[in-house]
Amino acid sequence: MLDTKENPEPPIRSKPRPVAELEQVGLEADASDIAGGGSPAPIVRWDHELIQKIVTPGATVLDLGCGRGSLLAALRDNKRVIPQGVEVDTDKVAKCMQKGVPVLQLNLDDGILDFFPDRSFDFVILEKTLQTVTRPEQVLREMLRVGRVGVVSFPNFGHWRIREHIRTKGTMPVTPSLPHEWYNTPNIRMLTVLDFELFCERNKVEIVERYSFADGEYGPMEEDDNFNAEEALYVLRRPAASNGR
Amino acid sequence: MSDSSKPTLKGIPVVDTELRQSKYDPPDSPSSVGYTSPQRMQVADENDPLRLECGIDFFPINVEYETYGALSANKDNAILITHALSGDAHAAGWSDEADRTKRPWRSDRPGWWDSMIGPGKPFDTDRYFIICSNVMGSCYGTTGPASTDPKTGKPYGLSFPVVTVNDWVRVQERLVTRLGIEKLVTVCGGSLGGQQAIEWAILYPERVQSVIVLAATPHLMAQGVAFNYAGRHAITSDPNFNNGDYYGQNEPDKGLSVARMIGHITYLSDVSMTSKFGRRFQTSDSRGFNLDTEYQVESYLRHQGESFAKRFDSNAYLYITRAMDYYDASEHGDGDLIKALAPTLCDWMVVSFSSDWLYPPSGSEQLVRALTRTHKAVTYVALESPYGHDGFLLETERLMDIIPSFLSTLELRGKTKRSA
Repeated sequence: MLDTKENPEPPIRSKPRPVAELEQVGLEADASDIAGGGSPAPIVRWDHELIQKIVTPGATVLDLGCGRGSLLAALRDNKRVIPQGVEVDTDKVAKCMQKGVPVLQLNLDDGILDFFPDRSFDFVILEKTLQTVTRPEQVLREMLRVGRVGVVSFPNFGHWRIREHIRTKGTMPVTPSLPHEWYNTPNIRMLTVLDFELFCERNKVEIVERYSFADGEYGPMEEDDNFNAEEALYVLRRPAASNGR
Repeated sequence: MSDSSKPTLKGIPVVDTELRQSKYDPPDSPSSVGYTSPQRMQVADENDPLRLECGIDFFPINVEYETYGALSANKDNAILITHALSGDAHAAGWSDEADRTKRPWRSDRPGWWDSMIGPGKPFDTDRYFIICSNVMGSCYGTTGPASTDPKTGKPYGLSFPVVTVNDWVRVQERLVTRLGIEKLVTVCGGSLGGQQAIEWAILYPERVQSVIVLAATPHLMAQGVAFNYAGRHAITSDPNFNNGDYYGQNEPDKGLSVARMIGHITYLSDVSMTSKFGRRFQTSDSRGFNLDTEYQVESYLRHQGESFAKRFDSNAYLYITRAMDYYDASEHGDGDLIKALAPTLCDWMVVSFSSDWLYPPSGSEQLVRALTRTHKAVTYVALESPYGHDGFLLETERLMDIIPSFLSTLELRGKTKRSA
């Protein structure tokens, strides 16, 4: 159904768009969807909009850590995708069910991806979830076994404001987008854009596209985004040569 | 522990189950189906016997069933509720003939799933036509070991054939068909009832739009088989058992009561027992240095055992627990569960309860994994619950949330279903 080889050009080259415009698209400001969400939290799901552009119509999509299912419901309604969610939280699972999103209440840390056969989804999405799992390497490997294309987004702990906070205050930062203290944050894997690039290299994962989000705008990643990006989104696949495990 | 503060164990709040059960909707409540009476249908006779799994062509088979709500003109709003080991067709409302049918225990409580079935409830009788029938081999109206064998004019007793979940479901299919229903919106049950739902999905893929499997696994684990064996052994060792031929005489009530106590232990959990009874004594504050019933937990079990013996037939207990042992969904795939489930077409909902050790979440996940590996449409909910296996009857708040969500979005999910 999807062959990224036939689409060498990334589908999106849009200019960064202001927040106001994003809101007009009708994106759900479902703050509690965000992993470890609490209030306050980022209002705009820039990655939702971007993922809706990346995912091809009619594709099969597995969303790991799908929260309340708003992304999958939007993909179903706007792109006719066949959705499948995985979520560990009972209340969020109930919200998925209200939206008619098929969901499995499982914990990614239990290595549950053996529930799915090889290459059984066109897209596997890990939206702001990588930083919460116990075994990120296993999850990355498994998502690219199960899916033809992987989409990963995460908060960039290398953002200048975080660096500045640690440098000047000497404590872990608590910001609107990272509202937790170090001792109660679900974000147990604090990584930077550069860390992720090295991580992909080490795990022989091919990066197809890169995007970043900062100051309410998003666009293709730029040179200094390890410093400037608040959040990052990657489109990944396993190189054809290394199809074996 | 019964202080004003809500007891919690391992972070899970424990609600007093007796308290919950006292919250019945009276028959005149707008959310009760009101007074109900059982109906009977013969689904197998001399000309049309049922070939049981054991190979016997059996007749007659009479089925006791109840229905709630109205069947739509298109007959497309029917739901079948399947009951567990000790259940019956009286799933909702208040029995208006508890005395006549010699079932006095029905007069002080409504049907076993009254909290879920009724106007505005998850199985909304304003919208759906709900059917619940008693399983074959039971003692609540459907043909079983206590029924009269027309050949001898005496109760079957142990000459009754060993029946299976598969047989039950084929009996139910006859009932549903004779009610003029081609396709069920869902088949829903917990425990042994959940296994009937699985069996429906496998046997009649075209006739179920969905199934809801609560606290049930593709098969009972060895531990469960062992507890059933101990229970049956208690019955057959009772001096009154008389090889099952005890009708009209003293019945093996002591044995049945022990069997129920054993069963009851498997329905609860460490957490719920500790919360409910702890190590408290029933009457005194300290040890009495005797061997009587001293602890609250002992008194509770004794009560459960004795009251069960008054309302259940020992032979029925033997037959139904055997059916429970025998069920293994993977037999339809020669031991391969994925193969067994391959023909199914319905939308699945599987719900497990964290402290259930009789039909544990790991078993539910086996079922879910077999379904997802072949791209079947499945929703899995793993509820945190302190109530053990009984969770499926007690976690009504959660079920009241998810079951209507599942049912009301069947069409929506059907549109984006994967062609496996």
